[in-house]
Amino acid sequence: MKLNTLPNIAEADDFYADLIAAHEGLTKAESDAFNARLILLLANHIGDRTVLSEALSAAAK
Amino acid sequence: MSKVFEIPLYPYARHADQDAQAPVRHPIVIVGAGPVGLALAIDLVLRGQPVVVLDENDKVSRGSRAICFSKRTLEIFDRLGLGDGLVDKGVEWNLGKVYFDERQVFAFNLQPEAGHKRPAFINLQQYYLEQHLVDRCRVLESEGKPISLRGSNRVTTVRSDPDGVELEINTPEGPYHLQADYLIACDGAASPIRGMLGLDFLGRVFEDNFLIADVVMPDGKFPTERRFWFDPPFNRGQSALLHKQPDNVWRIDLQLGWNIDKAEESKPENVIPRVRAFLGKDTEFELEWVSIYTFQCRHMERFTHDRVIFAGDSAHQVSPFGARGANSGIQDAENLAWKLDLVLRGDAPTSLLASYDAERIAAADENIRHSTRATDFITPKSEISRLFRDAVLDLSEKWPATRPLVNSGRLSTPATYDASPLNGPNNAGMPPRTRPGSVAADVALSDGWLMDRLTGGFQLLTINVPAPDVVTVGNISVHRLALDRSDDLNGLLSARYLGSVGSGVYLIRPDQHIAARWTDYDEASVIKAVKGALGMPK
Ligand SMILES: Cc1cc2nc3c(=O)[nH]c(=O)nc-3n(C[C@H](O)[C@H](O)[C@H](O)COP(=O)(O)OP(=O)(O)OC[C@H]3O[C@@H](n4cnc5c(N)ncnc54)[C@H](O)[C@@H]3O)c2cc1C
Repeated sequence: MKLNTLPNIAEADDFYADLIAAHEGLTKAESDAFNARLILLLANHIGDRTVLSEALSAAAK
Repeated sequence: MSKVFEIPLYPYARHADQDAQAPVRHPIVIVGAGPVGLALAIDLVLRGQPVVVLDENDKVSRGSRAICFSKRTLEIFDRLGLGDGLVDKGVEWNLGKVYFDERQVFAFNLQPEAGHKRPAFINLQQYYLEQHLVDRCRVLESEGKPISLRGSNRVTTVRSDPDGVELEINTPEGPYHLQADYLIACDGAASPIRGMLGLDFLGRVFEDNFLIADVVMPDGKFPTERRFWFDPPFNRGQSALLHKQPDNVWRIDLQLGWNIDKAEESKPENVIPRVRAFLGKDTEFELEWVSIYTFQCRHMERFTHDRVIFAGDSAHQVSPFGARGANSGIQDAENLAWKLDLVLRGDAPTSLLASYDAERIAAADENIRHSTRATDFITPKSEISRLFRDAVLDLSEKWPATRPLVNSGRLSTPATYDASPLNGPNNAGMPPRTRPGSVAADVALSDGWLMDRLTGGFQLLTINVPAPDVVTVGNISVHRLALDRSDDLNGLLSARYLGSVGSGVYLIRPDQHIAARWTDYDEASVIKAVKGALGMPK
């Protein structure tokens, strides 16, 4: 497996707080659109098709 | 002045076949004088086969229909002797702009790759393409080539068995019969022959309606660009496309959705306000042609049925995004022409025709996959799909990252026959783009273009390798095209054909596709690969 499924984010609590904060004050529709943009930007950063495929199936479980 | 599509270019004329006692038998009868039937006829006649082409009509396509013709189509037409005329008449374009809602999201330049004789695309009305094809048939006829183009000849009955085909044809002077060794059905999307044989389509059916308006704007108000709108204010929830054709004609393509009243939408009083909203209220224009089209993505389960073979729209249909209809049909024609010729000569086994099915059905699947994906991006089928589509467009305004995901149609490129039964050995150290199954890549040589040197027979392209001038396999002569470093004008021959190796030997098929490749010449391997490419047991 190429997808890193072990802890990889330094200051994990800070990241999580940022993620939730980014959605503050957004309507459901705005939040959904935000998430979609975020996924697309992160997916582009990863680029590697194998990692992306593995993430798609890991998220489905 | 009357338009070219109003002039009978091949009017009905009585033929001796109509007065024969018994039905005359021809080796090849092509039904349909659209782009596919005409291209096939020219290819076959140039190979020395007599052909009869029957069409129920006597004019070229009414209204423009196809407007984008691909590089591969132009290369095929170069080989058939009409490429220059098309390129002279056509419009070249490189700049595309994408709009979302009220704003421009980004512009892109289809930077043509260096070292090709032909551009990625030209825009040209289908009626001009067909006119050039008819003209080419006339020139060949005047040179004494056996090509018989019969207008107002409507095929009404077809009976096919393993030995041949019997057909009944209606004319203004009544019916007559013909027999054929092979009948090629190039009779379009509604293919009456498909119906006569009780055959039907397979695959995902996608349906949508598009208003196609070709308008003349004399002042040339818009530049030569392709403009594509997602969800514009003048066509909410749908798409729109603006594209230039020769003679100051512009193609406007407005998606209308599925549940519409077609008769109502085609009325000028409804079309003109839509076009005006699109072009701006001060733009003067004249409607040349308006039509509402429904598109479907599907293909026949098999294209070959005994002695009846389907090519072009009769065999497969795609949505318009990507310009894959006529372009892929013309590739069907080039794929079939040399195979049919060799089988009729007895130089190849009948089983060679099975490779037409294998190769062109794979190509149809690829075209349908591309156009279905484009359609799903343009018309998202679910809430989440729309969410991602809009997110892609929003991000693309600011970041290049997501622009490759914007899909308003992936313009037609030729299929690579990776799984073809005709493919021989590959050398994986050589560049992937010229692997067996792919079309030869053009290259500027010191004395012209490589594609112009691949003239329609089997050829052995050798680069920096000694080899005999001719290799003979049965009745087939494989002529050598010998190139070396001194021919490589700008390093592209080496980049496209050698990569990291120092020399190359390529077996090229009559349709300019690559059948096999090696780094060195070995007679036994070449002969084996030629037999393989002729459909003989390996
Ligand atoms: C709006 C629109 C835009 C398009 N844009 C593009 C594009 O940009 N690029 C592209 O590549 N493709 C495009 N296409 C698709 C393209 O027009 C078709 O794929 C192409 O015309 C197919 O050619 P054909 O020769 O298979 O069939 P057709 O052109 O349909 O020709 C079939 C012929 O068969 C004849 N016929 C039918 N029945 C009989 C009979 N019983 N007896 C005798 N003759 C008969 C007809 O008279 C006709 O001449 C577009 C299509 C449309 C509608």
